[in-house]
Amino acid sequence: MANLKELAARGDKFTGGHRACAGCGATIVARQALLAAGDKPVVTTCATGCLEVVSTIFPYTAWDVPFIHSAFENSAATISGVEAAYQSLKRQGTVTEDIRFMAFGGDGGTYDIGLQALSGAMERGHNMLYICYDNQAYMNTGIQRSSATPKGSSTTTSPNGKKIPGKVQFRKNLTEIMAAHGIPYVAQSVVGNWSDFTKKVEKALAKGGPAFIAILQPCRLGWGYPPELTAELGRLAVETNFWPLYEVEDGQYKLNHTPKERQPIDEWMFQQERFRHLKRPEHQAIIAQIQQDIDARWEQLNKKCSL
Amino acid sequence: MSELKKYKELALGGNIEKGGTAVDFKTGDWRSSRPIYHPENCIQCLFCWVYCPDSAVILKDGKVTGFNLDHCKGCGICAHECPGKKKVKAITMEEEVK
Ligand SMILES: Cc1ncc(C[n+]2csc(CCOP(=O)(O)OP(=O)(O)O)c2C)c(N)n1
Ligand code: SF4
Ligand code: SF4
Ligand code: SF4
Ligand SMILES: [Mg+2]
Repeated sequence: MANLKELAARGDKFTGGHRACAGCGATIVARQALLAAGDKPVVTTCATGCLEVVSTIFPYTAWDVPFIHSAFENSAATISGVEAAYQSLKRQGTVTEDIRFMAFGGDGGTYDIGLQALSGAMERGHNMLYICYDNQAYMNTGIQRSSATPKGSSTTTSPNGKKIPGKVQFRKNLTEIMAAHGIPYVAQSVVGNWSDFTKKVEKALAKGGPAFIAILQPCRLGWGYPPELTAELGRLAVETNFWPLYEVEDGQYKLNHTPKERQPIDEWMFQQERFRHLKRPEHQAIIAQIQQDIDARWEQLNKKCSL
Repeated sequence: MSELKKYKELALGGNIEKGGTAVDFKTGDWRSSRPIYHPENCIQCLFCWVYCPDSAVILKDGKVTGFNLDHCKGCGICAHECPGKKKVKAITMEEEVK
């Protein structure tokens, strides 16, 4: 894996001057992903959402690589089409270069509206890496709940009200849905652990065939915390087992990190405005349910990893 | 961007023909506080560089030398992530004064 000195020597392919909020984690994802992709040519696309909107305001673009503007639902379809065309041109001898293909999408664009396009592209076996930057809501349109939004989170469409304290449902586990596709590489990473993410992007691109990485991305606006905590809140999500770092390579599960001492989930939740209402004593049962869910999912994952 | 172009002068489909043009757009005036670099406490770990969302930590020959204040939005991630030397940070945040 490239170390920081080597990454630095490559130079940035995602530039400053974009319009993301100060401290945005989504732009950290794009920057680090392109650094990890290295010097090989790469073609990228992104589903409509914060990352795309802030980075491609005409006539500016923060992408110093070929980039295609996708609609909200079809980032995976876009890049799979480009990859299919590339394979054809390569067969015809028109293109000889070794080119990589990367698609980005938010949680709304991936867990929800883009799920069909993603599932299809993975099943067809394209040589592509799909990175879902998961900030757990539709941030770009003003923080609406998605199927990635965690239980209890207050969003504009699952507000904390007199009767219902935030989102009722638990979040969907998309990483497991992707693993069920039986593709060569599936992983979870986090903003706040550059080496874990770099390693996974490198591995996914080297493997060949379809690959999927879900990276948890703290969003200072939608989560409600001071901007300097972006990387730290990512790491804390891992230390609570809310967001385990693991990979599924050719069907083999592997845990990449086990917290020395599992932190209680409220340590992470109560640093964020979106969960603040749950501090009230009458909501203790909800916190307990959330903790129980995390512990159960962690146990299931560990079973898969010890097979 | 100086002057608005006519549609016939633009690339077909609104393509942006050159990559990385966002560097010409300045976001530094969003800042309410700025990072200050203290080289004597810097161990050149590059954590500030790798976590900056705005590619605003300047490296020369692979070493941190300061910040690009045209792009830095003052988020403070660099200062927060900085381990510094003997627990003394090599980056601190200071409020912008008008
Ligand atoms: C078909 C369609 N429906 C709705 C929208 C409006 N829209 C743009 S971005 C967005 C939310 C994106 O959420 P997510 O994918 O989570 O990305 P984020 O903004 O959180 O980074 C929506 C609803 C759209 N562009 N296209
Ligand atoms: S709302 Fe969140 S994801 Fe969107 S630009 Fe701001 S910090 Fe980034
Ligand atoms: S304050 Fe934020 S934007 Fe400015 S250099 Fe530090 S990390 Fe980058
Ligand atoms: S994080 Fe701190 S110690 Fe590390 S390179 Fe940056 S300024 Fe130096
Ligand atoms: Mg989102």
